[in-house]
Amino acid sequence: MAHEIVERNHSLDGLSVVGLQKGGEPFARALAALLSDIAGHETPLGLLDVSFYRDDLSLNPVPDSAMTAIDHDLTGRTVVLVDDVLFTGRTIRAALNALSDWGRPRSVQLAVMVDRGHRELPIRPDYVGKNLPTSLDEAIVATMQGVWIGSKVPS
Amino acid sequence: MIDTIRGQNLLSLEGLSRQAIIEVLDVAESFVEVNQRAIKKVPALKGRVVASLFFEESTRTRLSFETAAKRLSADVLSLALASSSVKKGESLRDTIATIDALGIDAVVMRHQSSGAALQVSRYVPHVRVINAGDGLHQHPTQGLLDVFTVRQVLAQRHGTSGLQSRAELFDGLHVLIVGDIRHSRVARSDIAAYVALGARVRVAAPGTLLPEDLESWPVEVASDFDEALDWADVVGLLRLQRERGSGSFVPSLGEFTATYGLTMERAKRLRPTTLIMHPGPMNRGVEIDSRVADLPSSLITRQVANGVPIRMSVLYLTMAGSAEGSGL
Amino acid sequence: MSSFVFRQGLMVGASSSYVGDLLVVDGVIAQVGASIDAPAGAHEVDATNCWVGPAFVDLHTHLREPGREEAETIESGALAAALGGFGAIMAMPNTEPALDNVALVSYVLERGARSVVDVMVAGAISQGRRGEMLAPLAEMAALGVRLFTDDGTGVQDPSLMRRALTYSKPLGVRLAQHCEDESLAGGGSMNEGALSSRLGLVGRPAIAEELMVQRDIELVRLTGGAVHFMHLSTARSISLVVAARDDGLAVSCEVAPHHFTLDESACATFDPLFKVHPPLRPRSDVDALRRALASGAVDAVATDHAPHAAQLKDLPFDEAPPGMLGLEHAASLTYEALGADDADPASFFRLLSRAPARIAQVRSSDHRTRHGAHGVSLEAGEDANLVVFDPHERWTVRADQLQSRSTNTPYDGRELLGRVRTTLVRGRLVVDGGTLA
Repeated sequence: MAHEIVERNHSLDGLSVVGLQKGGEPFARALAALLSDIAGHETPLGLLDVSFYRDDLSLNPVPDSAMTAIDHDLTGRTVVLVDDVLFTGRTIRAALNALSDWGRPRSVQLAVMVDRGHRELPIRPDYVGKNLPTSLDEAIVATMQGVWIGSKVPS
Repeated sequence: MIDTIRGQNLLSLEGLSRQAIIEVLDVAESFVEVNQRAIKKVPALKGRVVASLFFEESTRTRLSFETAAKRLSADVLSLALASSSVKKGESLRDTIATIDALGIDAVVMRHQSSGAALQVSRYVPHVRVINAGDGLHQHPTQGLLDVFTVRQVLAQRHGTSGLQSRAELFDGLHVLIVGDIRHSRVARSDIAAYVALGARVRVAAPGTLLPEDLESWPVEVASDFDEALDWADVVGLLRLQRERGSGSFVPSLGEFTATYGLTMERAKRLRPTTLIMHPGPMNRGVEIDSRVADLPSSLITRQVANGVPIRMSVLYLTMAGSAEGSGL
Repeated sequence: MSSFVFRQGLMVGASSSYVGDLLVVDGVIAQVGASIDAPAGAHEVDATNCWVGPAFVDLHTHLREPGREEAETIESGALAAALGGFGAIMAMPNTEPALDNVALVSYVLERGARSVVDVMVAGAISQGRRGEMLAPLAEMAALGVRLFTDDGTGVQDPSLMRRALTYSKPLGVRLAQHCEDESLAGGGSMNEGALSSRLGLVGRPAIAEELMVQRDIELVRLTGGAVHFMHLSTARSISLVVAARDDGLAVSCEVAPHHFTLDESACATFDPLFKVHPPLRPRSDVDALRRALASGAVDAVATDHAPHAAQLKDLPFDEAPPGMLGLEHAASLTYEALGADDADPASFFRLLSRAPARIAQVRSSDHRTRHGAHGVSLEAGEDANLVVFDPHERWTVRADQLQSRSTNTPYDGRELLGRVRTTLVRGRLVVDGGTLA
């Protein structure tokens, strides 16, 4: 996937990786490290918690918030958003909302490890690790070790 | 024991478990980060209406709450009733019904009578009520920001962050609370919070400023103030509540300062790691010497700064996961 | 006037009880016996499995007329009293203005004469109830006033109390005291203790009551006067009175149902419905008061019926006025406190009727100028002021269904055991089948 990103963007200058807390964090770290190796210089990594940007606050139990840590202005940068699982698209929409508080990126691309379908918003990933169609009553957990699919786990 | 304030009112810290308190502190850490951004705002409470109902004036606390609400993108209805024509004798039910008719999701309330917030919560069960101080009873967000501040500082000392720190930071911590405890809602909230987190709390005050039936409280009574100062890791000073009548409980302010004030001499004798705290506003020269308030070991400005993230955390937790916002 | 025959109830006389019938003709008890042939046209009152006894006498009712008629009037209070089984009530003088002179006392007596129960008046001890100068006690006594009090506060100045006792002694009247030292209790809204400390409410310590009880006992000893201690709330107060009584002093005491039913923990919700002076006390005092009812240490149950307009009980706890309703559930609560199934009917009627009648001086043997005789022994020739109490009926208190104009009852939604079924006052059927006739 790192190579896909390089290919698509022609250059890694001006590229920032932003991982979505909490699921996207390990992948974002790994990706940023890989990109840094390829580029020969540091690819900045940020972490974004979108708990406070969700539009479904009253419908879901309040998620455990984790820290947001974005230490640079994103204006003019190409941001690669990284998450573990792409599902309805609402988390990504919230992330796009949040990103605008850190400046005006030149463009935002989306990298997900797993796309499980069932989009409710017009969100599409630019880079996908694996397409895994699932039914609504299944749950998916994606980690660096692998993907687990099972019947819905109560939170 | 209440394990979480999610979707609940916050009327008192009594009865909150360690878990409930830590949750508020952890979420507040995120809001500390929000408050450091260029754009200090998140849309979490967008479309929600928060009324601030201050029967008893306090510019500082009211502004802190209103700022917190606005940084969560909530709309704020600000009612400083102390300065309006509302006098004693106005039915709480009528006042809150009038405001509720405008459509509110939460009310932050300060009142001179103990229990007023709880009474109001019975009239508007669909509205989240956050107690910003009721008479002598409780001031929950002050208690929370006090323990939050201590956690911040102690975690820093251990080289970790507040979030990473374990609750053990408070286990056996020596906390000394000094001053007009009898009339202090801050004392009642602080004691509840520190005890829930595992600290050991001692109180020091002239006999007449100690509450009745102290044996039923989860605190020890310091027999010697100076000895207690040496024992303490945290010294929490309280203001003499002159407007609540504490003036008649001590012969004079001078005598109070001589016996229980944190004078410069006493401050010099404190251990170097001891933290000094005060909920404000200070009576400089009475319970605390002016110069002491400005010492590096004094966390007073930090306490004030932490007010907004803690109140954001409280508003977020109490209002999130509850009924749909008004007008939706 | 009509005739009434009460059938097969437990007739609770002054010295003995038996199941039988009782006939009332023209407002007087005509006959009592195991079985009576009723005259034609006599109204039958079925009293099977019920207790029949003298209608209750309340030594302590707040009728808010003049001044606060929106909370209660003499008429509405009298109707509530009748539903509670009372045939006579003592109106407290803390109206607006206070009942401290002949004109106002006459006003209440006249209005009361037109209501369904006998309304007695307690005159104020001091002018305006301000605790400074004596009110015209002799003039009020001439109108038939037999009890004087400054209730809802006590006489704070011991020298004024001494003077009042000395002055009133030859008048054959009794002074009644609301025992609370204001300098110790003032500003407090609930019992002083661990709970008030936690809740941040200024407390009213038990000692504020007990010190005044002690003081007045000594003043009685000094002057030879008579004092009736109102709404005592602590075990210690009761024991002080018992000791004084044993010493031969002319003292008596009453307790209110809320003090032997509810304890201070009810205040934890800051609901002003539970605010009262003297305040609800710890469970240990409540239990002691219940035992004192049965043992005879307490002379009488008095309701301290204190109606308040609804919006006043919506105020913050420390600002709300103290007091709860009492007339319509006092009998049930007394029955429960005496042990319900184990309750002794003689004690029941002693506490609610016979002892209060003695203290108010409205017994058959007392010289009465305008009221009938109360606390009767159920013998032929006595005034027919009677009540039928069903100890088996269960009912639920509903604040909005009470007869009182106000709704400040602390028992809303509570199921009670025992209910007044019939109240006969001055030979008129006022309540029958549990409702106004």
